[in-house]
Amino acid sequence: MREITYSEAVREALSQEMRKNDDVFILGEDIGVYGGAFGVTRGMIEEFGPDRIRNTPISESGIAGAAVGSALTGMRPIAELQFSDFITIALDQMANQAAKIRYMYGGKGKVPMVLRTPSGSGTGAAAQHSQSLEAWVAHVPGLKVVQPSTGYDAKGLLKAAIDDDNPVIFYEHKTLYGTKSDVPEEQYSIPLGQADIKREGTDVTIVAYAVMVPRALEAAKELEKEGISVEVVDPRTLVPLDKETIVKSVSKTGRVVVAHEAVKRGGYGGEIASMIAESDAFDFLDAPIKRLGGAESPIPYNPELEKAHVPQVPDMIKAVKETLNKA
Amino acid sequence: MTKDVTLVPDVSQDKLVDLYKQMWVIRFFDEKVDEFFAKGMIHGTTHLAVGQEASAAGACALLDNEDKITSTHRGHGHCIAKGATPDKMMAELFGRTTGYCKGKGGSMHIADIDIGNLGANGIVAGGIPLAVGSALTAKMKKHDYVTVCFFGDGATNEGSFHEAVNLASIWDLPVIFVCENNLYGMSGNVNEMTNVKNIADRAAAYGIQGAVADGNDIVDMMNKTNDAVDRARNGEGPSLIEAKTYRWKGHSKSDAKKYRTREEENEWKAKDPIKRFREVLIEADILTEEKAEEIRKAAKKEIEDAVEFAENSPMPTEDDLLTDVYA
Repeated sequence: MREITYSEAVREALSQEMRKNDDVFILGEDIGVYGGAFGVTRGMIEEFGPDRIRNTPISESGIAGAAVGSALTGMRPIAELQFSDFITIALDQMANQAAKIRYMYGGKGKVPMVLRTPSGSGTGAAAQHSQSLEAWVAHVPGLKVVQPSTGYDAKGLLKAAIDDDNPVIFYEHKTLYGTKSDVPEEQYSIPLGQADIKREGTDVTIVAYAVMVPRALEAAKELEKEGISVEVVDPRTLVPLDKETIVKSVSKTGRVVVAHEAVKRGGYGGEIASMIAESDAFDFLDAPIKRLGGAESPIPYNPELEKAHVPQVPDMIKAVKETLNKA
Repeated sequence: MTKDVTLVPDVSQDKLVDLYKQMWVIRFFDEKVDEFFAKGMIHGTTHLAVGQEASAAGACALLDNEDKITSTHRGHGHCIAKGATPDKMMAELFGRTTGYCKGKGGSMHIADIDIGNLGANGIVAGGIPLAVGSALTAKMKKHDYVTVCFFGDGATNEGSFHEAVNLASIWDLPVIFVCENNLYGMSGNVNEMTNVKNIADRAAAYGIQGAVADGNDIVDMMNKTNDAVDRARNGEGPSLIEAKTYRWKGHSKSDAKKYRTREEENEWKAKDPIKRFREVLIEADILTEEKAEEIRKAAKKEIEDAVEFAENSPMPTEDDLLTDVYA
């Protein structure tokens, strides 16, 4: 199969959807000739023109709000925010408007929009351009939240997000943009709410999403050398969450490490851990649920400190071993 | 005070009489809500537009069903002016399933998307970017509709206002920003909170048309809005109309109105928009005193019927709690 980058996979999904449906358009800062802050929309303005690749002023609330209003009146907009940190500025439109409109209006109206935005650290962009704030949006009923870890998943999930009649926050990890994977050229869709077992194993489950997935897979490879069999479950979408696949895996292995890049305190890993604790998997647990997450500080600039802020492969190996020693 | 009713083109005498009735319906609706709130029959909070009937009715007078509005927390008048019926509105305030939002939205979220009411909004300035999105749809799909965006003086100090007006301006969108300047954003006097003489002056900062209207004179409101609607439909872009008006009641029910004087209130009550319109209609031989009184009584009866409808409507059950969160 053809190998392309995560970034190209996202672009291909966008282009295919735009060719198929005139209601789909993109709006955001510098997405035109510039091609977007991370180059995802590069070349698209040539094919689709400035009406549908709609370059905006630096106005996150205006961008998100225009997306909400156009979605409510029959378009299927895709808003791009340059960095997921800027969702703070767009949050009224996402949390108070997009998420609630249908419910507040008694089931009338729908907001079929996608807010795409790069999240995460690892680029040295420091505290205001490196955060993972997915727990904020996952907390709000009415929004759906997607976090693909591969180009293959990104393409299939983005198509599903665009087809969805609800507001979807679509996180792209900025350090994954350059990673390559097998991505079919044809159109395909991955349903929101369907986890993927990235690697099967029997001793410990690691639940990881976004950039934590490749790290978990690397950790699993290392641990295999020591005879430890790790199963890696990637939920891919946080809302809706595929609880069944996670519970099934943990019931099988009896041990679980939940890993994410976002600050551990109040992070979505807490939700996953609680869900497991409340589920039938509890009876199968042979060790306490272990959570790995970002340190309780803003993301530092210094590369070593930045690295230390978020879980790395050795942290995962250590965590897995800890759960095994707590039999 | 204007006595001229020949200013507005294409408005039949019947339509003017309908508008007179509509203003009474708005007045009686909010007075009834006031009464019921005091008796504890309506919970939550309500924001009454008594005294602001002319700006709502005047701005919507020349709109079609296809045209859209976005509204504010003080939205009952806009809602009625856009064609909503008081029975389903009252039922909504009573929290009944027959209400516009099945009892889930309440006073601040009434919407009727089928007739172009994209919804009231509990967030100050929250609906402004949304209106821009609605206008963007019109432009992209080449629809003929315009979007009238209501907000108060307080909203013009929110970032969302500036982002949205700027976007509408650079994209030449068919949206009419109607600022109902009732002198107060909660307790904040507009002269303390802004340093411009007229909010309409802010239009210049965005390169769009601005106009000050007498918000207590429905004829002036119709004329100013009509000009803006024409411009919008002709592809000449957005306008900002400032309707100078006054809310007779406090901000909401918990407001002791310590920030203003009885004299000021009486001064504005003397400019009662309904009384003024009645005089205009009588002077122009469109109404007689008797006919005007009949209309007033009919409007009152409509509200009494609405109350009966609401009181006899069913309450939602717990089964309704989780419906309509997602489309």
